[in-house]
Amino acid sequence: MNQQSVVTAVEQGEPAVGSNQETQSEHKIRVLIAKPGLDGHDRGAKVVTRGLRDAGMEVIYTGLHQTPEMIVEAALQEDVDAIGLSILSGAHNVLFPRIMKLLKDNGMDDVLVFAGGIIPPEEEPAILSMGIGAVFGPGTTLEHTADFIRKNTRHAASLATTGPIASGSETWVDATEAKE
Amino acid sequence: MSSIETNPAAAELVRRGLAGDRRALARLITLVENRSPEATRLMHELTPHTGRAHVIGITGAPGSGKSTLTNELIKEYRRRGCTIGVVAIDPTSTLTGGAVLGDRIRMLENYQDTGVFIRSMATRGQLGGLASMTNDVVRVMDACGKEIVIVETVGVGQDEVDIARAAHTTLLVEVPGMGDDIQAIKAGVLEIADVLVINKADREGVERLNLHLQAMLSLAPKKTWRVPILKTIAAQSQGISELTDKLESHLAYLKSSGEYLQRERARLRDELLSRVREEITRRVLRREAQPGGLSEMLTQLENRQVDLAEAALLLLKQAL
Repeated sequence: MNQQSVVTAVEQGEPAVGSNQETQSEHKIRVLIAKPGLDGHDRGAKVVTRGLRDAGMEVIYTGLHQTPEMIVEAALQEDVDAIGLSILSGAHNVLFPRIMKLLKDNGMDDVLVFAGGIIPPEEEPAILSMGIGAVFGPGTTLEHTADFIRKNTRHAASLATTGPIASGSETWVDATEAKE
Repeated sequence: MSSIETNPAAAELVRRGLAGDRRALARLITLVENRSPEATRLMHELTPHTGRAHVIGITGAPGSGKSTLTNELIKEYRRRGCTIGVVAIDPTSTLTGGAVLGDRIRMLENYQDTGVFIRSMATRGQLGGLASMTNDVVRVMDACGKEIVIVETVGVGQDEVDIARAAHTTLLVEVPGMGDDIQAIKAGVLEIADVLVINKADREGVERLNLHLQAMLSLAPKKTWRVPILKTIAAQSQGISELTDKLESHLAYLKSSGEYLQRERARLRDELLSRVREEITRRVLRREAQPGGLSEMLTQLENRQVDLAEAALLLLKQAL
């Protein structure tokens, strides 16, 4: 067999060398945890980072004081499945729309965005209507967060870089209800 | 069925990646890293475009300043007009399979520069300081036009030497005040360095460390490339230009001496053999329950009807 036909054979069902479909092909959920804006408190973000690691995910932590541009660029290069935004400064109504717009501009509407920190409950509907999947306030368990991410992200990376997940709160699978 | 002509999605992704689309590059890396079914096709298309990048490995103990140094090298190479890709590797938890990838924190200032692409990778169970698909991810960056590719290993102890095979130039970062002179004469990472860096050189003990390293190098087998020892204070951007000069002159040395091709061949040999091993194992496992397969062989072994070497050859014959 020449080279070309080997590759074609692999595509036709003979699993690839080094891409063992039976045991080795693995999609790890990749999550970016980001601190947009100017507040300097990242205990919560670090706890979530650690919690998602323990849930088997690969978590990229960006550190404090991130601009929307920095967050979206990191998410793009890291090809993450989800972005968690932790904010305690009260600037979410300014920063979140900018992040969501940048994601859209980059064709990244297949990325799940969730928020945490201090966000007044009465402002949650407005935030969800931006296309953010969930707001996890104080008291949310790490299991709940991890479960929500698992249920609302893709299970394999695809060749197309705009994905099946649409923005809009109705489309999210609620972790607690969907528990089998 | 799906050659590249009839797999337009793969062709399109490769085309975009080669044209410099960063999102396409990010997705190509994901597919390769995940060993997804499309990875074989993608690597087949990308391989002809590889072989142009200078691959630099950065290794050293946790906390020695690898990420900060990488960040400084990014800035210096950008000043020199090179595009740059970074693969930053952190360990996967053996208990949960998860990982925290935090090297990026020290490389944030380059976010507006489209000539810089930084990707964090988890080891995913691979020992030796690299992630299991590191070489292929480096190839993807190379194909997509990154002239310099820096691979930052996990914080290594003493024996994580895989980077020397993956990189053209291996840079080992040492810091003053860690360990005594016996550390310097042990085998391991010190032997694989092409360039030695004493980082945090404003600390006490720099000259002591320098002497130990020099003594160690003076006893090493004589090679044509003299391993230089450089002092940097990465957090203050000091010594970076001199370091970059050395990295460039090492590449020039590799090319003029013919060692470049030798190293390339040695690396490919390792990779090819490991792929062959993987493939044989996979085929044997796939036929595990068939007559004459792994299960039957095990039974025959238990009953002392065959010996190990014989059983292995029989399985190999069946697998091919």
